[in-house]
Parts: sequence; structure tokens; C-alpha cells
Amino acid sequence: MAFTADPALGVVFERVVKRYEGVLALSRLSLAIAPGEFVALLGPNGSGKTTLLRAAALLLRPTAGLVYHTGGEGLSPEELRRRIGLVAHQPLVYDELTARENLGFFARLYRLPDAAGAVDAALASAGLAARANDLAGTFSRGMRQRLAIARALLAGPRLVLFDEPATGLDRLGRDWLDVTLDALRRAGATLIVSTHDDSVASLASRSVWLEAGRVVQDTAPGFQGRAASEVGR
Amino acid sequence: MSLRAAARVVLEKELRVELRTRELTQTILFFVLVVAGMFSFAFEPTAAESRRILPGLIWLAFFFAGTLMLQLTFVREQANDTLAALRLAPIDPFAIVLGKILANFAFLAVTEVIFVPVFSLFYNVGVGAVLGRLLLVLFLGTFGLAVVGTVFAAMTAQARMRELMLPLLLLPVLAPVLIAGVEATAALLQPDPSLPREWLALLGGSDVIFLTATWLLSGFLIEE
Amino acid sequence: MANGRWWRSAAVATAAALAITGYAIFMVAPTELTMREIQRIFYFHAAAGIAAYAAFFVSFLASIGYLAARQPEWDWLAVATAECGLMFCTVNLVSGPIWAKPVWGVWWTWDARLTLTFILELLYIAYLLLRSMVREPDRRATVSAAFGIFAFIDVPLSYFSIRWWRTEHPQPVLGGGPGSGLDPRMMQVFVLTILSLLALLILLARQRYRLEALRHRLSRLAMEAEAPPEAAWAKGATR
Repeated sequence: MAFTADPALGVVFERVVKRYEGVLALSRLSLAIAPGEFVALLGPNGSGKTTLLRAAALLLRPTAGLVYHTGGEGLSPEELRRRIGLVAHQPLVYDELTARENLGFFARLYRLPDAAGAVDAALASAGLAARANDLAGTFSRGMRQRLAIARALLAGPRLVLFDEPATGLDRLGRDWLDVTLDALRRAGATLIVSTHDDSVASLASRSVWLEAGRVVQDTAPGFQGRAASEVGR
Repeated sequence: MSLRAAARVVLEKELRVELRTRELTQTILFFVLVVAGMFSFAFEPTAAESRRILPGLIWLAFFFAGTLMLQLTFVREQANDTLAALRLAPIDPFAIVLGKILANFAFLAVTEVIFVPVFSLFYNVGVGAVLGRLLLVLFLGTFGLAVVGTVFAAMTAQARMRELMLPLLLLPVLAPVLIAGVEATAALLQPDPSLPREWLALLGGSDVIFLTATWLLSGFLIEE
Repeated sequence: MANGRWWRSAAVATAAALAITGYAIFMVAPTELTMREIQRIFYFHAAAGIAAYAAFFVSFLASIGYLAARQPEWDWLAVATAECGLMFCTVNLVSGPIWAKPVWGVWWTWDARLTLTFILELLYIAYLLLRSMVREPDRRATVSAAFGIFAFIDVPLSYFSIRWWRTEHPQPVLGGGPGSGLDPRMMQVFVLTILSLLALLILLARQRYRLEALRHRLSRLAMEAEAPPEAAWAKGATR
């Protein structure tokens, strides 16, 4: 994966509401995540973790409230999106394309200077070099997840959002994920990882618990343990 | 990234996926073949009648084939949530829609190039002398179909009963394109062929108007 | 509520205006020479068409307003006017054949304006159908606004295509060139009909808008009852 020298992006939620039909996915949620933080996002299923991550990725428009990024002031929306990486529930790759074609497609969309080189490096890093020319649809779940992570990291994002990234990964895959997360952290990228997995959570510098679309607990050592509702106001 | 370059990358991806699976093109080719056969069973046309009903047949066959095919353009992106990946990419949302419009237009245009001779054979109406102008009229109308169809496919991708919804939304909006296309085709198939300028203007004008609206609205269309 | 009283008075005034209009159509307007009594259907028929176009135009503007401002009020206005417009369009479409049968000898003909009204009817049925098929409120508002814009820009295209397609249509009664036009008394009654139907349109659209606003409030209250905004924090903390 490529590491860029761009500053890391933080993200701030101010009283964010996201309403789906009859359901409040986010209920006036306030949370501030500073550039360079590694945040574990915890909470039961349906507590709003996925919605929060997708809002941070600018994929969904809140019903009310504000989501904005810090450290990227003055950037166009496109430049801002370029610095955000997302590993979602779904793999975000095309089953009908090979691993190499998938990454090549996104490398071109992100206009990477050395697309072929970046793709080769990403495939090697994810341990997919041997299957690079096989269709992604033929991959096992773990391989698909590694391809999904390689795709998200391809353009060197400075805010990386992981939605339960350990899903489908075997022991080796999890180790690789831990190493990857650690490398991202050391490269200064902001990380938000939703997880049920304690080993991933233990890497994080801060844990945020969600329930019913709100922050119910927040250990923020870097922030003298202030509650998120105060940080985000 | 420039709109043109980004749309081209999306277009190439669409073509690559289609060349690999051939799902869309195979399906619509067969669909048009079935329709071409069924119409002749239903009407059993004489030579004079064929000349009269053929324009309508051709356009309806392609329009229905289009509504079937266009439905899949965004549904395919839902399987692995790849639409989110496209929306995350640092490109204009219009580039995503435009790439898909061009790909869908290409699939439909190929079908038309193959099937105009088939219709001509089945219904015994010679088109050789006016083939160029006939394809121009078909392509202009098909482009409008591809534009509005791709847009509405994006709108209905998350709707219930989307397979039914798309034709119901699409066909009334395309009524002017259908009228202009059928009338222009009918004028071309006359023993003394002509291409009335107003129909050409209406087809071209619709394309421009629909594409402009799409450009203005594309950001909203692919939202979650 | 003063606002409510105002609207109630407006409703009474509209009802009175409609009654007067009915009286004027049958008692004041002169009988047409060739079509005789059946021509009296013209007043409601044409005025309903005008009201439908006015409603669809407002719906189009409200759709643009929604996409520009993203305030749900615009969406309520768009659906309220589209529904009322569809009702007036249906009145126009049903009264047309009643008039056509004795005069033209057929219930329906693919005449230019009949065809255009028919397409309009289809477009706005599709609009309402689309709304009913998208559950998520924000997405429904966005998608239907986009469709509302496409539907309305389709009207001039349909107009020209149909005009060129069916050139033998009867001349429009108003502004159709020399020789056409209405008797002054007929014109007065016609203007009265238009005004009272527009008043009815405003009244109905307002009621429909309020219904939408109440539904919105209800769903919000239901959601808050499920997850009380102030109690959620404490509830989570005690677990």
C-alpha cells in the first residue's frame, strides 16, 4: 500500500441524526475524532456503527446535524474523498473482474501515478499475488476480505474506516490485519475500526461504545477521558 | 480527474464486465429475436401492412429490451456494494452515470445493428437504401433511452418491485422519443424515403435535454 | 388557531364560489349554437385542465426546491400538488369523452390534446407509484423530486411530438387563430370557473400538505417514543 505525506484527517459529528424508515440509526450523535487517532468502535448489532462509518465516508447524508473532517480544510469534495478509505461489510470489488483488474480499475479512478506498480505492491502485501489473475468471485471469504482491504488502502488514505474487518479472516489473515492496522497507525493515518474482536480493539488508543445510535461510553486517554458528548458539543 | 477520463474508466469497466459475462447482450439479443418472431405470429402481416407496422414493432422491441437490460446496470453494483466504492472515488458522480449510459448505449446499439437486417428479412421490407439514415434515427432514439433508462435504474435500484417500476416510469417519459422515432422510421421506409427534419430535431433535442438534466441531477441519483 | 380559522373561511368561500360557478354555467352562460347544452361541460373540463397544469408546475418547482434546500416541506408540497394535479387531470380526462361522444361521435380519439393529457396522467401516476415503492423517507423525497423534474421537462417534448404527430387536431378554442374565441359572457363564466377551481386546488393541496406534515410528525414522535433522546444515555450507562 502507498503511504502519502498528506496530513491525517479527523472527523467530527455534531448532533448527527440519521433516520431510516421508522428507525433512528443515529440519534443526535456527537463525537470528535482527532487526526491520527486509532478508535475502536464497539456496540451491539444495530447500534449505528455502520451508519456512523458510512457517514464519515461521506456516503450518506445525515437527516440532521453535521459531519465534517478536520485536517482537510480547503480541499474539494473529490480531494477529500481521495483521502478516505472504507472497508465495508460488502467487499466493494467486482466478482466479474480478477483481483488485478479490480485494483487496476480503482487505481485508474484514483489516478495513481504508478498504477501497475501500486497494484502489484498491494496484491503482494495482501498475499494475493498468486491468485492475482483469478476472478474475485472465485475467492474464499478471507481472500475477498483481504482484497477489499487492499482496495481501500490502495490510494494511501489518511482516514481509514473499517467495518468489522476481521470478518471471514482466518488466524493468518487476522495477524496480517493487525500488522496492517499497526503500519497505518505508525504512518499517521486516522483509524476508526468497528469490531467485536478484542484483539483488534486492544490495538486502539480509544474505545467508543455506541448504543441505539448514541455514544454511551468513550475512553479517550488522549482527551483526559472526556465524554464524547462534551467533545463534539 | 477530468469528467471524460473518469467516465471512460467506468465505461471500460462496464464493457470488460459485459465481455466477460455477456449476460446483458445475450439476453437482449434473444429477447429481440423472440419479439420479432412473436409479432409476426400475432399479425401475420402482408407486405403493405409490414411497411406500416414495422416501425412501431422495431421501436417497441428495442424499448422493451432496453427496459429489461437497463434494470441490471445498478442492481449489479449492489451485489458487492461496489456503487459505494464508485461514490467514494475522487470523481464527479456524473462520470459514473455517464460511463454507464455510454455502455448501455453501446449494448443497445450493437443489438440494433444485428437486428435491423433480421427485421428487414422477417418482414420483407428492404432497408438497404436507407440503412445509414435508419441507424442514425435508431441511435438518436436509443441514446435517449439509455440516458433516461440509466437514470431511472439508479432511482429505482432500492425501490420495491423495481423490475416492474422501471418500465412504468420509463415508457411514459419516453413517449415523445417513441413517437418521433416511429414517425421518422416510417418516413424512411416509405417507397419514397424521406427524413423529416422535425423528428430528427426532436430526437436530438430530447437527448440533449435529458442528458443535461442527468448532469444536473446525477449527484442526487446515486445517493444512499 | 387563527390560521385554522382563516383556512376554514377560505373553504367556505371556495364552496360558495363553486356553487355560484355551477349556477353561472347553467343559467348565465349562453347556449352554444352547434353543440347546444353539452358544450357547458367545457367550463369544468378546460378549467380542470388548467388547474392540473398549474398543480404540476408547482410540483415541479417544489421538486427543484427540495433538491436545492433538502427541507422536507418542499417534498410535502411536491406530493400534495402532484396528487391534486392528478385529480384535476382525471376530471379533465373523464369529462373530455363525455363531451366528445355527442359532438365527435366517439368517446376517445388520439387527438393531440387528449394524447398529451393521457401522457400527463401516466407520468403522474408513475410519480405516485414510485413514491409508494421507496420506503426510506429521505431517499423517497430525493428520488421522486428527480422523477418530478424529468416528468415535467417531458411535457414540452410530448407537446411538440404530439402536435407534429396529429396535425389534424381541432383548433384550440382560445388563441387558436382568427374566428376562434369565446362569447364575452362565456369568457366571464370561464374565468370564474378557472378561479374557483384554482381556489379549490389551493385548498385541497393545503389539506394534503398538512396531512403529510402530520404524518412526518407522527413518525418522529413514534421514533422518539422508542428511543427517548434524553433517556438513552442513562439507559446505556446503567447496563
